[in-house]
Amino acid sequence: MATETSIRRAGEEALPSSERPHELARVRVPVRSARSELRAIKVVWKRELIRFSRDRLRILTSLIQPFLFLFVLGTGISSLAAAGTHGVNFKTFIYPGILCMAVMFTAMFSAASIVWDREFGFLREMMVAPVRRSSIVLGKCFGGATVAGFQGLLVIAISPLVGIPYNAALIAELLALALLLAFAITAFGVMFAARVNQMQSFMALMQMAIMPMFFLSGTLFSVALLPTWLAVLNRLDPLTYAVEPMRRAIFAHAHISAAARRALDPGVTWWGWHVPTAVEAAVIAVLGLAMLSIAIVEFSRAE
Amino acid sequence: MSEPTVTSPGTASAAPSGATSNGGSAVEVNGLVKRYGEVEAVKGIDFAVARGEIFGFLGPNGAGKSTTINMLCTLVRPSGGSALVAGHDVVSERDEVRRNIGLVFQDTTLDGYLTAEQNLRLHAELYGVPRDAVHERMRQVMEMVGLWDRRGSLVNTFSGGMKRRLEIARGLLHSPRVLFLDEPTVGLDPQTRSSIWRYIRELKAREDITIFLTTHYMDEAEYCDRIAIIDQGRIIVLDTPQELKAKVGSDRVQIQTDDDQAAIAAIRERFGIEATMADGVVTFGVPAGEQFVPRLFDEWDPAHPAIRSVSVARPSLDDVFMSHTGTTIRDAESSNDDQRRNVGRMMSR
Repeated sequence: MATETSIRRAGEEALPSSERPHELARVRVPVRSARSELRAIKVVWKRELIRFSRDRLRILTSLIQPFLFLFVLGTGISSLAAAGTHGVNFKTFIYPGILCMAVMFTAMFSAASIVWDREFGFLREMMVAPVRRSSIVLGKCFGGATVAGFQGLLVIAISPLVGIPYNAALIAELLALALLLAFAITAFGVMFAARVNQMQSFMALMQMAIMPMFFLSGTLFSVALLPTWLAVLNRLDPLTYAVEPMRRAIFAHAHISAAARRALDPGVTWWGWHVPTAVEAAVIAVLGLAMLSIAIVEFSRAE
Repeated sequence: MSEPTVTSPGTASAAPSGATSNGGSAVEVNGLVKRYGEVEAVKGIDFAVARGEIFGFLGPNGAGKSTTINMLCTLVRPSGGSALVAGHDVVSERDEVRRNIGLVFQDTTLDGYLTAEQNLRLHAELYGVPRDAVHERMRQVMEMVGLWDRRGSLVNTFSGGMKRRLEIARGLLHSPRVLFLDEPTVGLDPQTRSSIWRYIRELKAREDITIFLTTHYMDEAEYCDRIAIIDQGRIIVLDTPQELKAKVGSDRVQIQTDDDQAAIAAIRERFGIEATMADGVVTFGVPAGEQFVPRLFDEWDPAHPAIRSVSVARPSLDDVFMSHTGTTIRDAESSNDDQRRNVGRMMSR
């Protein structure tokens, strides 16, 4: 629409040049359009990237946890678990869960920045802009997903160390699932960030949500022989639908015997039906979109 | 007043941006009310701000200034009444209002982890400033506040005064028609305060812009074209600072004595004037202060307590506030603070 540039010189004729230390050109701001919303989404996304790239310490520290799990816990438990893993490296087994955890924590931290933004006032700058709140929430979620996806890529980079060979198709599948998970988790965090005003409460809430999801997801154990109560909780855990397809993809590329695959990666079943990867991805996508919608509604309501 | 905005020599245009082409008021408020539960923070106020005016809202903390400015900025929904900003309704045309206003809040709303330039670019994107105009406009507003050389620095490295200046530059980036400044000089040193006022006055001379600000500094209110004095959610009086002071009608005489109570009694007895204690000294008002002082000494009985010093002052906005509310702005603030949560906020400054 009215996107034409018109730079006007204010006061050009009214004041002699000696009294005009600076000339101010007027800019014309166009009315709201799909394009201006896209610009808003993009700039909120970009801000997330700039802030992440500037925070090298954060990139480094968020890699420490996956390393601890993989190489300290993983190595330590390997000997204990050797009898039950059918010769499969325990580190390979827990790798998909660790990848998910790294992605989740990074995504969560991105969402947490909304709480910081509120505390330091910057949220107000975005809330008074003449754009839809949904654009801001979308930009934030895309930003969180991108940053967490990058963190996932760093963890993917070390996969040969746990016996997973580099393979383009595998990397693409892992990355796609990681991005999807990152998006859903950012939306989850943003949804809470709309209501929680204090950083401490937000972090406590997130810990409370992430740790049970992590433990129930089958990262550290096979879901083949679980008692019913745990099997039910495992199916209800959204993270299960990210860890399981990742493990399936990894096992397919890591030369693992059929017997081992049956024992360690039986797949998720709903009343006996084997849930395929596409449906698992859809579960995460639907949950992510639902939480995104709630987040948008909450932010649109906020004054 | 404001200079006409000119597209190119010969083509005058008085409607620089947006849909408002009427030459009416920049801000028009009718019966505006804001209730928070039982508490009425703003109790039905009416006023209009003319285009190109510097309009000040003067009052103690907790008087309803920030609530009013937040309603005008579409950040808070009014409980009643209506308000038009740049010709648009703050409730039904929220986006139109937002596009036409610039905001500088009391507390910083900059992203400290971005550079000054990145903060402004982000703003330009959010407000949809045409890409090819961004750089030039950014240079202009940053030069105006003297921060162009620091554009590559992280905002976290800026002092409080620099941050405030950058916020003013950012508030102007999208050429708003009305610039709202909520306590623009609070917490700043005197030098920075005066430079901020220099920008505000420069702005008025160079841009077709209306400036709406709140302050609780009496001396700053003097820079406004018109001020509204607000206390306890109501506008008490609205006029030019000159008119308001003229209406007070009397100069302020303050004397220091050996025995203030005896002096007050003596002044009452001798001159028929009711003096009070204010700021720790005997204070009273008389129509012509300079002429009263010789008379005071002529008629002062040696038996009265000795006078140590005398000062005479023209009426200030302090006196205006006092004559309308019966209290000084400082005293009004301390009693408001007791009632409100502002206490914590002020202590954190």
